[in-house]
Amino acid sequence: MNKESNIYTVLFACLMVIVVGSILAYLASALSAKIKENERFEKQQNILYAMGVNQNEDEGSVNFVPTDKVEQEFSTFITEQLVIEGDKITEDDQAYLIDIKKQLDAIKDGKTPKLPIFIGEKDGETFYIVPMYGKGLWDAIWGFMALDKNMTVQGVYFDHKAETPGLGANIKQRYFMDDFKGETILNGSRYTGIKVAKGNNDPVNTIKDDNEVDALAGATITGNGVSAMISKTVNLYKDYFESLRNKG
Amino acid sequence: MALLSKKDTNLILDPLADNNPITIQVLGICSALAITAELKASIVMALSVLFVLGLGNVVISLMRNIIPSKIRIIVQLVVVAALVIIVDQVLKAFAYELSKTLAVFVGLIITNCIIMGRFEAFALGNGVWRSFLDGIGNAAGYGIILIIVGFFRELLGSGTLLGFPVLGNPIEKTGLYSIGYENNGFMLLSPMALIVVGLLIWVQRSRNKALIEEN
Repeated sequence: MNKESNIYTVLFACLMVIVVGSILAYLASALSAKIKENERFEKQQNILYAMGVNQNEDEGSVNFVPTDKVEQEFSTFITEQLVIEGDKITEDDQAYLIDIKKQLDAIKDGKTPKLPIFIGEKDGETFYIVPMYGKGLWDAIWGFMALDKNMTVQGVYFDHKAETPGLGANIKQRYFMDDFKGETILNGSRYTGIKVAKGNNDPVNTIKDDNEVDALAGATITGNGVSAMISKTVNLYKDYFESLRNKG
Repeated sequence: MALLSKKDTNLILDPLADNNPITIQVLGICSALAITAELKASIVMALSVLFVLGLGNVVISLMRNIIPSKIRIIVQLVVVAALVIIVDQVLKAFAYELSKTLAVFVGLIITNCIIMGRFEAFALGNGVWRSFLDGIGNAAGYGIILIIVGFFRELLGSGTLLGFPVLGNPIEKTGLYSIGYENNGFMLLSPMALIVVGLLIWVQRSRNKALIEEN
């Protein structure tokens, strides 16, 4: 057959699409169970990381609970998983699988979102861990924030889809995340969140009640994204937090 | 018999220096600027491109006699996109941590002009083995520049290499910092990558005058 004829070209294109499409579809369905499991473990690792259950050494890098132990650790340390839906609060041991992005989209459509919150216990302390989701410079950023009942941050975990390596991507570095520890999301009695601030003359972050942490150089928009994400999350959970504080 | 004839050896060695895709052909600049703020990212990107370009060149070369020339660019795009997605999915299932590091690069690999350039200029007209060597050679030439640029940008911009502090601690003022040295934040921004690549081009051409174009 003439290789330059239109019929050949169309046939070739069709065949190529079918072959490549089937390979990709087969691969996606064959691997999806394994990929889902990996994602589930990752979420558990991240939640545990925020409340301080991790294998961090004194200095340096982020070390999670190993994947083969994470399921067991998760059920040990996370004592309750709640779903807040308007005024209704229900328990749901699959709450950590709720896709927070879909719930935020639901708010835009005027629906009531299902907001998960995880209650963890470690060494007699109680942690309230909330998921966060927002946008950075290039794509999505997300994370978890662990608070005590006085609304002091006990730990955070951030991750991102495609922030610039060496700049915005550093939000998932230890030194940035550790800065949030001890900061409060309250300003007086207002829920303000925590701002990633440039030039606040506090680079080692000794002032813990200013609602600010030091920004990353060259990552202004990612930093602003983190600030916005925290304040959005704090606003969503405000009522629940308020009830926690009133309980004493 | 030697494994590689002299001609074959040149396929690998030429792109490393005298026909380097970045410094001579000025291809693949976009990704070279974007991801070289860290040495680790540069290495990961170099290895990914090595894999995709080596394999992609083989696939295109195998199909070179049946690809209709009217849609050859589309075919090339499909091949490279499919390869990258396959790698991405397999890594997600079996090496999840690594796949997260690579996620940023998937888009950059697909649109890397070196890959399309080698498919179009070489693999479409040459045999499988030679195409494979050409792919490996060009990817290595690209990778070397990436790693050199990444090395200087991370060292001068953050004072670290592969994340390890090598110049001391800038906050506690130890090591070099104790005598007043400061990190150059400019090095972390993309324009400085362009300047570093420019310096490399200058160094290379002043060492080998034959590379200087006449106009």
